[in-house]
Amino acid sequence: MAKEEIIKFNDFSFKYSSSDANILENINLSIKSNEITVLAGPTGCGKSTLLRSIVGLIPNMYDGEYSGEVIVDGIKIKDAEIKEIAKRVGFVFQNPENQIFMFSVERDIAFGLENLGIEQEIIKERIKKMMETLSITHLAEKAPHELSDGQKQRTALAGVLAMEPKILILDEPTSLLDPKTASEFMELMNKLCKEKGISIIIVEHRLDLVLKYADRLIILSNGKIISNDKPENVFNYKKPIIPELGVPFSTKIYRELAKAHVEFSKPVTCADDMINEVRKKS
Amino acid sequence: MIEFKQVSYNHPDGTNALNNINLKIKKNSITAIVGNNGAGKTTLVKHINGLLKPSKGEVIIENNSTKKSSVAELSRNVGMVFQNANHQLFADTVKNEILFGLKNFGFDQDYIDKRYELMTNLFDLRKYEEISPLKLSGGEKKKVCLASVLAWNPEILILDEPTVGQDELQKNILFEFINTLHSNNKTIIVISHDIEFLWRLQPNIITMSDGRIIEINSPEKIFTDKELINKVGLIPPQIIKIFNGLGIEKDIPINLEDACKRIQGLMEE
Repeated sequence: MAKEEIIKFNDFSFKYSSSDANILENINLSIKSNEITVLAGPTGCGKSTLLRSIVGLIPNMYDGEYSGEVIVDGIKIKDAEIKEIAKRVGFVFQNPENQIFMFSVERDIAFGLENLGIEQEIIKERIKKMMETLSITHLAEKAPHELSDGQKQRTALAGVLAMEPKILILDEPTSLLDPKTASEFMELMNKLCKEKGISIIIVEHRLDLVLKYADRLIILSNGKIISNDKPENVFNYKKPIIPELGVPFSTKIYRELAKAHVEFSKPVTCADDMINEVRKKS
Repeated sequence: MIEFKQVSYNHPDGTNALNNINLKIKKNSITAIVGNNGAGKTTLVKHINGLLKPSKGEVIIENNSTKKSSVAELSRNVGMVFQNANHQLFADTVKNEILFGLKNFGFDQDYIDKRYELMTNLFDLRKYEEISPLKLSGGEKKKVCLASVLAWNPEILILDEPTVGQDELQKNILFEFINTLHSNNKTIIVISHDIEFLWRLQPNIITMSDGRIIEINSPEKIFTDKELINKVGLIPPQIIKIFNGLGIEKDIPINLEDACKRIQGLMEE
């Protein structure tokens, strides 16, 4: 699938009205379609703000000083109607309780679709498919308060995916999922990206879970972008990395061994790569 | 010592959440509870500070049954940091949030001042003391929750998913802090999906599924048992994947230094 520029930040800065300083400072960024982009950085560095700026929650729901522009799939977010943004971008929040509010799982998934005026037959079909994809069919009649946190997260995701967005934005989507479910979730994201062409942007601290699938890794620190490259280039031992970054264990080994002059054929970002590199050398 | 004797718990709607739990957690130990979503981990720990009382059986904390104690009495000794910070935070400022427990348990002002200073320095929260905790980012809210519970220095500390939303530096602080508490004779119980953090912490691991305890063992025994980890919704930490992939099943290194030495050794063979 051809890759085009789907999100663009031009000289973008934002300051919340409750704060003294800019949370994001002069961001210039281009995100390509059909890629998985991982966004990482210290707590409070502006990751969630960047996501809110893509989905239009900034400036629509948060007051503050907005300068520069954010363009998503050809539309200027500052001037766009929420409905126009919602057709293009799906957002799964860090806390699913902020997202699910209907009286049953099934109704919650239907909510966004009905708002877009989609036919009932198609809605039913999509709900069924989404519940199967996310293994929540057995929860169809359950109320949100009867769900575990992991189930709430999957319900929130089903509601968003059912709208078939071109861009999917995920704020720490696996944080409440058990590791096996999290790993299956990332496989699903990879499939959605590679087969359906959905562009995916994920904020995640646990890079060990997501780097295997990431086409690009953006690191944000103090409101500025400090790296924007393929993960293996970001973690090249010749480059410094900030201590707040949750570097995968295999990458830690690779960088530590480089200090002892043990060089591999390429930077290592996952266990499989480490196994292959060690086998090549022994 | 914490003891569960044939504990079962049914939710008010009748669904069974814990099924015949028998468990002993020793004083001054670090224990992790792992298992898939809905396995009953949080329900189990809520029995330790008395938020839930068993439908059947009994939970005994230091020779006292939780059935005979109030949550207020229990929480002086059992501090619990919830998974979802929004369920815990309520005060108008970070300062009042941290001071709430200290004041409520009736400590003298000198002690309150000392603990407040220690907590705000440790978690780098001084800059937020006059701000509403609900205005902070997810990771920062978590720090406020940890600081408010650790402030009154409970004997047993329960942390439900403490690393969620925390960056590496904060995880390092948490790791050091758990070890410090451990060397000060505290009992620490952690519920976590963060397998990399658990490998580093090396706790006794309790695995749960469908309201039952499946196995209690060391991290190496748990994480190298493929059938078990699949059943309880885990995957192995990267270090286990690497060493298993290189044909090593036992004595997997724990820290980075040892892992590097072993890998260098393998390459020289």
